[in-house]
Amino acid sequence: MALTIKVNGQSHSVDVDPSTPLLYVLSDELALRGPKFGCGLGQCGACTAIVNGTAIRTCVTPVSTVVGKDITTLEGLGSPEKPHALQQAFIDEQAAQCGFCVNGVVLTTKAFLDKNPKASEKDIQQALSGILCRCFSHTRMHRAIGKYAQIAKGGAR
Amino acid sequence: MKNIRNLFTHEAQTALDKTGLGSNRRDFLKATGALIVGFSLADSETLNAQERAAAGSPPAGQVDSWIAIAADGRVIGYTGKEELGQGIVTAQVQLVAEELAVPVEHVTLIYCDTSMTPDQGVTSGSQSHIANFNHENLAQAGATAREALLQMASQKLGVPVDQLTAWDSVISVKNDASKKVTYGELIGGKKFALAVNKAAKRKAPGEWKIMGTPVKRVDFPEIMTGRMEYVHNVRLPGMLHGRVVRPPVVGAKVMSVDESSVKDIPGLVKVVVKKDFVGVVAEKQMYAAQAAAKLKVNWSAGTGLPQDIHDWMKKQPSRDALMVNSKDTEQTLAGGATKVNATYKYAYQMHGSLGASCAVADVQGDHATLYSPTQGVWHQRSSSAMVLGLKPENVRVIYRRGSGCYGINGSDAVTFDAAVLSQAVGKPVRVQLTRKDEMAWENYGFAFVLEQRAALDAKNNIVAWEHESWSPTLGARPLYTFPGNVVTGGLLGFPSQEFKPGPATEPTRYTNNLNSIPSYVAGRVGDKDQGAGTIKSEKVLTHTVASPFWTGPLRSPSRIQNTFAHESFIDEVAASVKADPVEYRLRHLKEERVIDVLKGAAKLANWETRPSPKPGNKRTGVVTGRGVACVAYEGDNGYTGIAVEAEVNQDTGKVAVRKIWVAIDAGPITNPDGLRNQAEGGALQGMSRALGEEVTWDNEKVTSVDWRTFHSLPLGFDIPKMECVLINRPDEEATGAGETTITVIGAAIANAIYDATGARVREIPLTPERVKAALSARA
Repeated sequence: MALTIKVNGQSHSVDVDPSTPLLYVLSDELALRGPKFGCGLGQCGACTAIVNGTAIRTCVTPVSTVVGKDITTLEGLGSPEKPHALQQAFIDEQAAQCGFCVNGVVLTTKAFLDKNPKASEKDIQQALSGILCRCFSHTRMHRAIGKYAQIAKGGAR
Repeated sequence: MKNIRNLFTHEAQTALDKTGLGSNRRDFLKATGALIVGFSLADSETLNAQERAAAGSPPAGQVDSWIAIAADGRVIGYTGKEELGQGIVTAQVQLVAEELAVPVEHVTLIYCDTSMTPDQGVTSGSQSHIANFNHENLAQAGATAREALLQMASQKLGVPVDQLTAWDSVISVKNDASKKVTYGELIGGKKFALAVNKAAKRKAPGEWKIMGTPVKRVDFPEIMTGRMEYVHNVRLPGMLHGRVVRPPVVGAKVMSVDESSVKDIPGLVKVVVKKDFVGVVAEKQMYAAQAAAKLKVNWSAGTGLPQDIHDWMKKQPSRDALMVNSKDTEQTLAGGATKVNATYKYAYQMHGSLGASCAVADVQGDHATLYSPTQGVWHQRSSSAMVLGLKPENVRVIYRRGSGCYGINGSDAVTFDAAVLSQAVGKPVRVQLTRKDEMAWENYGFAFVLEQRAALDAKNNIVAWEHESWSPTLGARPLYTFPGNVVTGGLLGFPSQEFKPGPATEPTRYTNNLNSIPSYVAGRVGDKDQGAGTIKSEKVLTHTVASPFWTGPLRSPSRIQNTFAHESFIDEVAASVKADPVEYRLRHLKEERVIDVLKGAAKLANWETRPSPKPGNKRTGVVTGRGVACVAYEGDNGYTGIAVEAEVNQDTGKVAVRKIWVAIDAGPITNPDGLRNQAEGGALQGMSRALGEEVTWDNEKVTSVDWRTFHSLPLGFDIPKMECVLINRPDEEATGAGETTITVIGAAIANAIYDATGARVREIPLTPERVKAALSARA
């Protein structure tokens, strides 16, 4: 069945079963590399995308539920040549090891701070309570997020 | 000629695109002069496994195997040490840039492809710096290439080498920069045709411009923006999707498979059954997943699982090894003024990669191309050839990054899965394991029981130390010839490496590769003391038993368990004589580098000299304590001292680490920020392992199969403040670094719990239940 979804500002027609997890559509049909298969259970965050401003777990989201909505993946934020300020903060702080979790960490943070620009460190911590990084780059990631949160508070996003 | 887009890692491809070297293999080779050997295996029957595996790999003794200069002067490095997240690609780019005197941006690094790069075995065990940053391989090839370029320039310009200087692919005369020649003009696109020269002079740390500096990870711009191609992202034309169906319980065999149970699944291509291996292939990933879930397989009953693994291990037939034995411990232990004994336990733990493992295989007739996140492409090539019934030289394994693995996760197994399924359908197949496939069947880190016995003299110094341990084994890495060392090979009927019980023989050479020997003993084998400590009456005996689960190296394998026991025990002994834990360690240490990291961590922590437990702490509510630990990793492969401050809630048994102080020494530092990143990540990962990570099972199957049942500390937990001091030793050999902090933090936390409460917890993980039990057992 042909569905039209809007990803990173572009419309795509995909011929898939409507119950297909959004993750498979993004990674198999659209060949996007940002969203990743971590657990397939919505427990780790690796598959995160932002849908209409909210970070969701694409591995447990049927594609039919996001038709007509704005979907943003890690690629949609910025590029290697022109990273988004949050991505730049992660580069500046060298905040990763293997990088598999970065998608979930960055997108969850982005969606949360967009909605809660005045969030405290504790609030951010709470927002990331369901995200895993098995390399444990936690210290650097929080430092990068803290830096970006300061910029975000200033409105320069 | 095939387009080479899929042959390279994404960052390598991007870099190559910038060189304009062309996008097919022939152009690339012509332009770079890269050496690709077509190897005839006429004598393959007479070659041993290692030689067979190396067939076709560029010879390590040739400069061209490691370094090529493109026509535009760009430098290309080839290496068998791959990026797993530890930053080794950036470090190797720095190394090549330093030796060849070019900016890091002008280096392209090609890593781990059996058709392109030298066979360096596996990327594991904190061995990459040892292999490539000292006096052979990549470092020495780089130095040889630089000297050769200077020699060529000297001839061309008619100026002696000592009057030349090189930077950014240009060699010029020191006093007259107008006289110059470029690398491209000298050798661009041609081979050096030179043996790696052992006498070529490496750049001395004092001259380093790029090595020793915090160069940013070359792969991060792509990783942070979602452009990096992980193995999960490899897409081949006509590629199908596979899933596997693992047994429901340990030891179950396939009795029958009802293929009609999945006949309604759209786009189902094939159900594949080979002995106890079951898999499905479908056109789309969702349907493959549905078919795997729905397929009716009649499995036999399992073999059952032992319950108290620690008690069980001690009753099994064992393969024994003596690491040191002064042959007098029976008497010295009996004759000591004071005796201290303790038994420690360590749980099975898992690698628990964030991403369930994935691989893509393209098996066409008698040839196969495998895109694999394995740590050992050469091992994978030979073992996959066995699985596929192909000649190793017809199998090409191309490394693609997976999720951080920390040892052998599901990567090798899933590569076999993909290979088998692709062969069955004759098309490229991508296999994505599920979370449960990964967690229920990976090669776990070893459970351990560790006994310690010490005797003290009248001055409260330790005069005798006996250590005895039990740990289980089943399988390991597949190596060149053991596909049965991981689950897929086992299901396909391949044997795992044989386990044979047998008695220990007296040690004939000193090795502390597994850190089974505590830092505090003399380590005498023959007539030489080779340990880090002073205690002369010493015995270390290890027992290995058959494991009910697959096992394999998990970051700091055996070292983490042994060190937990040693560094807890020295603390217990110190406490028994009311000595300060740092001072008491120092009393028994003689190795300067261990002493320095221990002192370094204590200094950073403003360590207050006093015995544990901390005076004045209440017996209820939340209390704080401090703990310390140190290690000479593998005896001589990296040194770390650590101190922690931890809070213990005596009502709930919950432990929270508040501060971590680290001193680390890995010889000359290649990249201080990279080293810090490894030290920090290792400490926190070690803390998660120490506090909550544990494989669990019932009578027949593993029950820790997702993130609700296996407990990893999330991004949201209260992260301790951490300070690291890096001890740079430019005159020493480069050592490993990535497994040191993880090795010591468990004991440091247990010691801090004792300091805070007077309760000793002797089992990892230090769960609230175990902490509460220890608190209840306090005198």
